[in-house]
Amino acid sequence: MTTAIILLIVVLGSVVFNYLSPWWFTEIASNWGNIDFAVFVTFWICGIAFILVGLFMVWAIWKYRRREGQQAAYEPENKRLEWILTIVTTIGVVGMLAPGLIVWEEYVHVPDDAREVEIIGQQWSWSYRLPGEDGRLGLVDVRFMSVDNPFGMDPDDPYGADDVLVERGALHLLKDQPVKVLLRSKDVLHDFYVPEFRAKMDAVPGMVTYMWFTPTKTGIYEVLCAELCGIGHHTMRGTVIVDEAEEYEAWVASRPTWSDYAARPAGDAVAGQAGYVVCAACHGQQGEGMFALHAPKLTGQSAWYMRAQIDAYKRGLRGTHPEDEYGQQMAPMAATLFDAAAVENVIAYIQSLPDEPAVATIEGDVERGADLYRGCAVCHRADGSGSSGTFAPRLAGMSDWYLARQIVLFQQHIRGHDRTDTLARQMTFMSKQLHGQDAINDVVAYINELGRQGRFASNAHGTRDGLAAVTHADAPGAE
Amino acid sequence: MAVEAQIPYQEAMELHDPHSWITKYWFSQDHKVIAIQYGITAIGVGLVALVLSGMMRLQLGFPDQFDFIDPEAYYQFITMHGMIMVIYLLTALLLGGFGNLLVPLMCGARDMVFPYVNMISYHVYFLSVIILLASYFVPGGPTGAGWTLYPPQAILTGTPGVDWGILLMLGSLAVFIVAFTMGGLNYVTTILQARTRGMTLMRMPLSVWGIFMATVLGLLAFPALFVSAIMMILDKTIGTSFFMPAVVSIGDSLDYSGGSPLLFQHLFWFFGHPEVYIVALPAFGIVSDLISTHARKNIFGYRMMVWAIVAIGVLSFVVWAHHMYVSGMHPWFGFFFATTTLIIAVPTAIKVYNWTLTLWRANIHLTVPMLFAIAFVITFVMGGITGLFLGNVIVDVPLSDTYFVVAHFHMVMGVSPILVIFGAIYHWYPKMTGKMLNDTLGHIHFWVTFLGTYIIYYPMHYLGFVGVPRRYFANGEMAIIDESVIMLNQTITIAALIVGVFQIVFIWNLIYSYFKGRDAGPNPWKATSLEWQTPETPPRHGNWAEKLPTVYRWAYDYSVPGMKDDFIPQTEPRTAEETAAGRTE
Repeated sequence: MTTAIILLIVVLGSVVFNYLSPWWFTEIASNWGNIDFAVFVTFWICGIAFILVGLFMVWAIWKYRRREGQQAAYEPENKRLEWILTIVTTIGVVGMLAPGLIVWEEYVHVPDDAREVEIIGQQWSWSYRLPGEDGRLGLVDVRFMSVDNPFGMDPDDPYGADDVLVERGALHLLKDQPVKVLLRSKDVLHDFYVPEFRAKMDAVPGMVTYMWFTPTKTGIYEVLCAELCGIGHHTMRGTVIVDEAEEYEAWVASRPTWSDYAARPAGDAVAGQAGYVVCAACHGQQGEGMFALHAPKLTGQSAWYMRAQIDAYKRGLRGTHPEDEYGQQMAPMAATLFDAAAVENVIAYIQSLPDEPAVATIEGDVERGADLYRGCAVCHRADGSGSSGTFAPRLAGMSDWYLARQIVLFQQHIRGHDRTDTLARQMTFMSKQLHGQDAINDVVAYINELGRQGRFASNAHGTRDGLAAVTHADAPGAE
Repeated sequence: MAVEAQIPYQEAMELHDPHSWITKYWFSQDHKVIAIQYGITAIGVGLVALVLSGMMRLQLGFPDQFDFIDPEAYYQFITMHGMIMVIYLLTALLLGGFGNLLVPLMCGARDMVFPYVNMISYHVYFLSVIILLASYFVPGGPTGAGWTLYPPQAILTGTPGVDWGILLMLGSLAVFIVAFTMGGLNYVTTILQARTRGMTLMRMPLSVWGIFMATVLGLLAFPALFVSAIMMILDKTIGTSFFMPAVVSIGDSLDYSGGSPLLFQHLFWFFGHPEVYIVALPAFGIVSDLISTHARKNIFGYRMMVWAIVAIGVLSFVVWAHHMYVSGMHPWFGFFFATTTLIIAVPTAIKVYNWTLTLWRANIHLTVPMLFAIAFVITFVMGGITGLFLGNVIVDVPLSDTYFVVAHFHMVMGVSPILVIFGAIYHWYPKMTGKMLNDTLGHIHFWVTFLGTYIIYYPMHYLGFVGVPRRYFANGEMAIIDESVIMLNQTITIAALIVGVFQIVFIWNLIYSYFKGRDAGPNPWKATSLEWQTPETPPRHGNWAEKLPTVYRWAYDYSVPGMKDDFIPQTEPRTAEETAAGRTE
C-alpha cells in the first residue's frame, strides 16, 4: 500500500514538477522555432507514455498486492494485446520521428541567400572570419599559421586579401540574415553553441563542418563551447552580437582585413623613442616599471600582448571600470598613441630596451605555488614565458606586485567586466582557482622563482613568441 | 545437449575439486567463486568511482570551495568515474559476475565449458583494474579526456594525464577486452553446448537470454574499441596519424597530418552503443526473472521478450552514430541513424509493457528484490523516453552536450542497471551464502537509493532544457544561469552525497548477514528455475549431484491453475492433468 502511494507520488510529482519548474529553454533568438516544435511533439508523446505506464504500474501494484488466497492469473501470452501495443507504440514513434526528420532536412540544407561566416575554435577561445566584398573566403591551412598569421591564411590566394579577421573579440551578425557557419578548429574538438540559437555543431581539426541559422532578435548572446576541449573548456566563452544593418556595417568596416594584417607597419624603434616619453614618466626610462606609480615593467613583454592591451584601453575594454583606478590613469595615455604606426613604433622601442628581471617584492610558499601554477602552465607555459598560441602573456621576470593585483582584479571581475573582452573573461574563471591571498602570493612567488632561473636570468634582450619559432619551412606537410 | 562425464562422478569430482586455500578462493576454476571474485572486485572499484562522483558533485554544487578540486582533478574524476562505472563495474559485474554465477546454474551445467580459461579471465580482468588504478600513481595522474577519450584532445597538452594516464587507460582497456573475450567465449559456448537435458533454448530463463545476447554483442563490439586503443597508443607514442590531423596545439605546430578524429568517434561508438546494451540486456533478463518470481506470475509474453532481446541486440549495431549528430559527420547520416534509433524503441517498449503486464492480475510480493525491480521499470521508462529525445536527431541538436544527456544516460544505463544489480544481489545472495539479507536494512537501502537517484536525475533534465553544458568544471558567470539553477545544483549535490553515503548500509548488510543472517533454505523465494533446485545450498563445486537435472518445463510456471503450490520447478515432470489440458509449455 505504502509502496503504491509513494510510487504514485513519484509519477504525479514528476508531472507537477514539470509545471512548477522555472527551468525551460531560453527564449529563442533564431529561426529554429521548428526545433522547439519537434521538442514539443516529442515531449508530449513521451510524457503521455510515461504517465500511462507509471499509473498502470501503480494501479497494478495496489490492486494485485499480495493477499491470502489470491492466485495470480496464468496467461503466458496474449497475442492480440501484444499486437495492439506494438502498433500503438509504432504510431507514437512515427509521430515523433516524422516531424523530427522534416526539420532535420531543413537544418542540413542551407538556403541560397545565406552569408558565410567562418568560426575558428582553439584552446580556449573563438575567432571569426568573414568574406570581404568578393563574398568568398580565401584558402587557409594549418601549416601557414604563425604569430603574424593566426588564421593560417594562404598568402598566395587573392580571395583572402579582403577577408575580415576577428581575433578574440565579439562576432557581430546581421538580424534576419541567414548565415552559413563554417567551423574549423586549430587543435582539438570544440562545439559552437549559443543556447538561444538552438543550432550547434562541432568544430573538428582537419575538416570544415557547417550549420546554418538566422538570428531574429538583436542583442548580446553568450557563446559556450559544448565539446570537452581540455582543462579550460569551461572558460571558452565568446560573444555574439546581433545588429541591425547600420551597426553591423559599421562594425564590419572597423575590423581589419587580411591585407591590413599583412600590411601592418613594421615598428621603428627610433621613431618610437619619442612616443615613449609619455610612457617613461610612469613605466621608467628603461621600461623597468615603478611600483610607486603602479606602472608595471614593460620590457620583455611580447609585442602582440602590448598591442592587444593598448587596443583594449583604446576601445574602453580596460580602464573604464570605476574601481580600476590605475587602469583609468592608463586609458588617456594609451589614447595618445593615435594610430597603428605610433603603437608599433613604441612597441619596437620597448622591445629594444634591455630586459632585466623585475625585483621580487612578494614572498610565499614556492612549493605550494609550483603546485598551483600547474593550472597556469598550460597557457602561460611551464617556464612562464607565455604564448601567443593561447593569448597568454609572459609572467616570469615581470612585476610581481602587478601580477598579484591583476589576479585580484580578475577575481572581482573588475578586469574582464566587459562581455566582449573574452580573454580577460577567461582569466576571471581561471583566477578563481586561487583561493585567498596566500594562494596568490604562493603562485606569484613561484613565478618569481621562474624569473630567477632558466633563460630569463640571462636573457637581456627580447622575448620569444611561441608561434614565432614556427616557420613555413619546418611545419609538417610543407612543400 | 550436455554429455555426461565418461569417468565416474566421484572420481571426476575428486580430480576436479580444489585441494588448497589458494586453488579454492584465489585460483579457483569454480564458476561461482569466479563470479564472487568478479563481483567483489567490480563493487570495490565501483565504490572508488562513487567517491569520485561525490567529489564532482561537491564542485558542481559548491564551486570554488575546495582546494583539492581544480580543473585537472575534476576532469580526472569525470573520466575515471565514467570509465570505471561503464566498463569495470557494470560490464564486469553483469557478465563476469552474474554471467558466471547464473549461466551454468540456470542451464543445468556443472561449470563453464572452459573452467581454466574462465579462471584466467578473472585474473586478467583484475590486472586491467590494477593498471587503471595505477594511473593515479604516475606523474600527471590519470587521463582527464572524458570517458569517450576523443582525440586529438586525449593525447595533447591541455588535457590532464597526457603523458602516462592516457597510455595506462588505453592499455587497461586492451587488457580488459582480453579478459572479457575469454569470459565471453565461455558464456556463449556454455549456453549453446552445456545445457542439460530438456533445457531447450525457448525454456531458458530470460536472465540467460539477456546474458547470452549481451555477450554476443560484446564479442563483436569490443574489438572496435581494442583497435582504437591500439591506434591511439601508436598516435601517442610513435607519432602515427590515425586519428590526428595537422594541428597547432598551444602555439606549437605538431608533426601529425591526415588523420581523422571522426574515425575514432565512429570506432568508439561502434563499440560504445552496443556497450549500452551489453549492460542493459543482462539487466533486462534478470529483472524479468525477478518480477515473475516475486509477482508469482509467469512473465508476460515470453517469446516476445526473447525476440525483443534478439532484435535489440541486432539493431544496437546500426544506431551508433546517434552519439554523433553534431560531430560534423555527413548530415545525411542523421536520417538513417535517427530512424534506426527510434525503431529500437519499439522492442524496448514491448519489454516495458510486458514487465508491467506481468504485474497485472499477479499476486505481488513486495520483497526487497521486487521493490528494486519495480524501481528499475520506473527509472528505465524515464531513461528510455528521454532517449527518444536524443535519438530524434533534430531534438538532439539543442540538448546535445547539455545536462539533459547526463541525466538521460545516468537514468538509463547508470541507475537502471544498478537497481537491477541490487535487486539481483538481494535475490541470489541466499543461494550464494545460505543466508537471507536483512530486510530492514534492505528497505532503508532501497528507498534512499531509488528516491535519492530520482531526485538527483529527474530535475537534472531541466538543467539541460535551460542549456547548461555538461563537462564544465564551473559554470561561473553564464548568461543562461540564474540563482535557481545554482540552487538546483546544490540540491542535486546534497541528494547525491546522501545516496552515496547510504550505500554503506548495503555493504554492511552484505557483511552482517553473512554471519548473522537468517538461514535461507534451498529455495526461499519459491522459484522455479534450476539454480534453486540444487542439492546443496550454497551449491558445491560441480553444482549437481551425480546426475544432472532434467528439465520438463519453462522457467515461469507460477500459479498454474489447479496446482497445490504457486510454482512448479523446471525439474518437475508434467502431470497427467497438464498434458490433458493440452499445455505444451
